[in-house]
Amino acid sequence: MITANVPFQFATASYVTRVENQKANTISELHKAMEQAPDTAIFYHTFQSLGRYHFLTEGFSNDFAQWVLEGLNQPELAERLAGIDVRDYTTIPDLRADLRLMLSDFVEKYPRKAEQVAFEPFYFLSDVEVTRPLPWEARTLAGFRAGLERLSHSSFYHHFIASRLRLHLHTNDFSHWFATALGLERLAQRAENIDIYTNTLDSARQDLIEIVDMEVGQ
Amino acid sequence: MTPADTIPAEEGVAPARDPGPALLDRYLPIVGAAEVEDLRALAVPLEGSTVDMVNSTAVGGGVAEILARLLPLMRELGLVAQWRVMEADLPFFEVTKAFHNALHGAPFTAGPEAFEIFRDYNRRNLQKLPLDGRFVVIHDPQPAALVESRGDGDRRRWIWRCHIDLSRPDPAVWNFLEPYITRYEGAIFSSPEFARQLPIPQYLFYPSIDPLSDKNRELDEDFISGVLSGFGIDPHRRILTQISRFDRLKDPLGVVRAYRLVKRYYDCQLVLAGGGATDDPEGTQVLAEVCEEAAHDPDIHILELPAAAPLEVNALQRASTVVIQKSLREGFGLTVAEALWKKKPVVASAVGGIPLQIIHKHTGLLSHSVEGAAYQIRFLLSHPEIAQRLGEQGYEHVRENFLITGNLKRYLTLFVHLSR
Repeated sequence: MITANVPFQFATASYVTRVENQKANTISELHKAMEQAPDTAIFYHTFQSLGRYHFLTEGFSNDFAQWVLEGLNQPELAERLAGIDVRDYTTIPDLRADLRLMLSDFVEKYPRKAEQVAFEPFYFLSDVEVTRPLPWEARTLAGFRAGLERLSHSSFYHHFIASRLRLHLHTNDFSHWFATALGLERLAQRAENIDIYTNTLDSARQDLIEIVDMEVGQ
Repeated sequence: MTPADTIPAEEGVAPARDPGPALLDRYLPIVGAAEVEDLRALAVPLEGSTVDMVNSTAVGGGVAEILARLLPLMRELGLVAQWRVMEADLPFFEVTKAFHNALHGAPFTAGPEAFEIFRDYNRRNLQKLPLDGRFVVIHDPQPAALVESRGDGDRRRWIWRCHIDLSRPDPAVWNFLEPYITRYEGAIFSSPEFARQLPIPQYLFYPSIDPLSDKNRELDEDFISGVLSGFGIDPHRRILTQISRFDRLKDPLGVVRAYRLVKRYYDCQLVLAGGGATDDPEGTQVLAEVCEEAAHDPDIHILELPAAAPLEVNALQRASTVVIQKSLREGFGLTVAEALWKKKPVVASAVGGIPLQIIHKHTGLLSHSVEGAAYQIRFLLSHPEIAQRLGEQGYEHVRENFLITGNLKRYLTLFVHLSR
């Protein structure tokens, strides 16, 4: 079994939500507020919604899409916003720009609908993340698998989803370690291909365990 | 085999931790080992840190209930957590009751002396309360002015935990309190909707339920059957339930009307259960109106429960086919989380903190009128598989967000964050 020189350090991550001073009642206001909201808020409403509603496999690909659908009944715009794949982005400004572009298109095309007042306001929130190393690490795939099984939802989310932005790479902590510490490029790619939209965190973790098992069995 | 045993020994993994103290371990079957492990890892840098939790009453009310359950858990994780209760009496509480109502939007009619009474009691308590904790958490407006003692370079971290809705405060009271609030390092609210625009960081902490309390723990079927039998409720027919005080803002009359609309299609019973009506003149009047509206329908069970009847409330919720919370206004409405914790499908009004708990079509159904509530109840009765799914997803939502262990985790996270 391959042993890595650099161990995978499992960490716990926990979050406290901050209430930002921006809010929106209409799509037009959302467009403006999105410009002023901090990066952490854009991150919260896109990446982090995947972690918060991790037990659901439908809806909620991001909070903006959900609000546009449920609060304003604008399914076309909601679908466009929901279609954003956060894995395509390595910086928040890029993600923010694309979201704002979709909103400005809508505001231009449907100026009256853009002023329609939602059933409830959209409040911009963000998360403060605190990470702490857990008292275990892995140098082999067997050790990694055992550690993976022990992780809480928020820790799994931290390594598998939030890490994409932290690393400014089209990857995640796990794939990064597979590729750089173990030299297992194919495994890294297979882990990266796990669909984070159609899975729950539990089923994504199970998928990862299965592909690690297949790798160990080969 | 403990989870740590699964890690290969040659990898230099820390040995399995000794069995933890008993209290936190009681939550293991509910939240899982990983969550408890997270709590312990988070608490490591806080070991020995002193925490002062300050409020104005030792008994009664949701804050006292939460602190009584939260502090032992903090202590078990190595924090030196103390609960300090303000010393105060009637003149102060009359003022703070007026403040409370005004912060909820009622007009403030007391004179300027009320502000002086408030300041005076806070200053007197500053002499008495040993607030020397690394973290000082002040709960609600009553002790908010204690922050006056915070000086430049103060090593203490001051946090204001506001449990009430500040979205529409009377300006006189808010303008008086705001200069105190802005001296804190942060303020915690239960909902974004309840927060204010402030120059200090504002955090979101949901209120929580304790899954091990009598109101929420698992019950034997025999006990539940006994409670139903005692109240004359047929366990073999559908039961719609609303648990709440007999208060107009809980709209019990609207619940009866919704039930009647449902009853045209489905055989069912309605349980309206609440407590404390006899001491409250308006409550008594509302109760009388509900009885009149019920018009001796034998399938409507109006139950006046004693103030402390957690096991009965628990049993009624567990026996329900659908739980209703048709409030016209609401604080956070933790009865919704209680019902979701029991995997019950819930139909509730989209007011106050309820939409945080009921994600429409995912963890329950929201409504905006008597007719809407009736329609959603009928929908659930005709789609039991959807009702079951909503209940299961609601349970997960509560497990993730509204349990006392989550509340504990948020405090630990905030303390670590403020220590950086």
